Amino acid sequence: MAAHWLRKPSVLPGFGLTLGFTTFFLSAIVLLPIAALAFETASLSWPRFLSILVDPRAVASYRLSFGAALLAAGINGVFGFVVAWSLVRYDFPGRRLVDALIDLPFALPTAVSGIALATVFAPKGWLGLKLAAAGVQVAYTWIGVVVALILIGLPFVVRSVQPALLEVQRDLEEAAESLGAGPFTIFRRIILPAVLPAQLTGFTLALARGIGEYGSVVFISGNLPLKTEITPLLIVIKLEQFDYEGAAALGFIMLVMSFVMLFAINLVQAWGRRRHVAQEH
Amino acid sequence: MVLAASRAETRRVSLGARLGRALLIFVSIAFLALLLLAPLGAVLAQALANGWQAYLESFLDPDTRAAIRLTLLTAAIVVPANTIFGISAAWAIAKFEFPGKSLLITLIDLPFAVSPVIAGLVLVMLFGVHGWFGQWLQDHDVAIIFAVPGIVLATIFVTFPYVARELIPLMQQQGSEEEEAAITLGAGAWVTFLRVTLPKIRWGLLYGVILCNARAMGEFGAVSVVSGHIRGMTTTIPLQVEILYNEYNFVAAFAVASLLALLATITLVIKTLVEWRADRRTG
Repeated sequence: MAAHWLRKPSVLPGFGLTLGFTTFFLSAIVLLPIAALAFETASLSWPRFLSILVDPRAVASYRLSFGAALLAAGINGVFGFVVAWSLVRYDFPGRRLVDALIDLPFALPTAVSGIALATVFAPKGWLGLKLAAAGVQVAYTWIGVVVALILIGLPFVVRSVQPALLEVQRDLEEAAESLGAGPFTIFRRIILPAVLPAQLTGFTLALARGIGEYGSVVFISGNLPLKTEITPLLIVIKLEQFDYEGAAALGFIMLVMSFVMLFAINLVQAWGRRRHVAQEH
Repeated sequence: MVLAASRAETRRVSLGARLGRALLIFVSIAFLALLLLAPLGAVLAQALANGWQAYLESFLDPDTRAAIRLTLLTAAIVVPANTIFGISAAWAIAKFEFPGKSLLITLIDLPFAVSPVIAGLVLVMLFGVHGWFGQWLQDHDVAIIFAVPGIVLATIFVTFPYVARELIPLMQQQGSEEEEAAITLGAGAWVTFLRVTLPKIRWGLLYGVILCNARAMGEFGAVSVVSGHIRGMTTTIPLQVEILYNEYNFVAAFAVASLLALLATITLVIKTLVEWRADRRTG
């Protein structure tokens, strides 16, 4: 087989065929379109490119997309840990059901969670009505964006932290307890260090997803320019106005952001693996 | 896992620990109920707000029916395509050593990290009027953007990693000894795959396929960018939900949305069953 020179020898067949097809399909479906976006952006002059990026409406959209995603990932970091802890450490009626439910945001189409959240949190909705009495409006404000991103990001944190919690050495906790450590000391000195890489991975995954999220946000956010308009929506608006240059420039920046997040996730995971190995030896 | 948890609990008897346990379970359930169950309940309540009759009538709308047909057609193309890709990628990556492997894995994951809107946008840059192939496509009278092929391509893009992502770690963990034995004993490539590999990976494969299907039928952002929203022609179920919702036709919007919620529920049930099977095997 012609492909022999680039792999270690193996008796198994199909290397050339499967790698060839994989590379071809990846290139045709993912890489070629991304290259087209990069070239479209490269055809813009620097001043034009920069003027699109620093346009006040665009800057306001980055602030909302990134800020809301950061806040939502932080809130998920806390509540996601509590949920993962309850599922791993405690046995309670309905635990299996709750565990299965965690993946609902993965399985539920974003448009459905979008209109459902908008309905629940609308000023006259189930929760919106109660929150309005307390003077808080969620729907059609930045808070609504955060709520939608909490929903979308939750499974990332819970599913990252769960396996790490299962691996925490319980005898360490018991030893610490018998030596007089209180629950907060045990949490800070034993549990937190053990789950930190997983916690960070979940946080980064939720953040990456939140920055690019579209469907679940646009129904609840109100979409006011400069106020409640996320960057992906601004790209859609530019496309609808046939402003291909503007859409390409903003899309390119979001693409760069995705690469940065992907790199950060890989970095965090590699760090977690190194720590894991160091602990076992 | 259940046993280990309950054994651990009988060991902890202090009042403080029990209070902490009750508090944390309460916070978890309250948080999930607010975030997950309230929206799900809202879908059902709104869909049935005017009774079953109105609910069922929502599905008589020809545009809604066309949307359901288009979504089924899209999934029927996308899911097999990404399944074949996923098996092929997992075979190359799990069974062989070659330079650039970790780069390949990262690139396969890329669609997960990219905003769905960007997935649509890159296709517009390639096939749109101003795109690389725009002029050629126009000259040859082929429509991709604002037509069904664009919807299919956008959906393949966003669901690209699902099957590969499930199979790669599974096949890496299983190793290749059985396949090597089969080949050495004279079995052909296809026989080895169908009789040795497939039975080992079928549950992971099923899991990847149902997740891929759920996302393919429910994708909104990417499809929204390339669809053009031509009613009855290029609207999928999620886009039809959006149209009905923006027209304040809430009963119909949520009735159609309830189809997708049902799909999500079925997906979760199958996923849970697959995991139970895997647990019983290893446990």
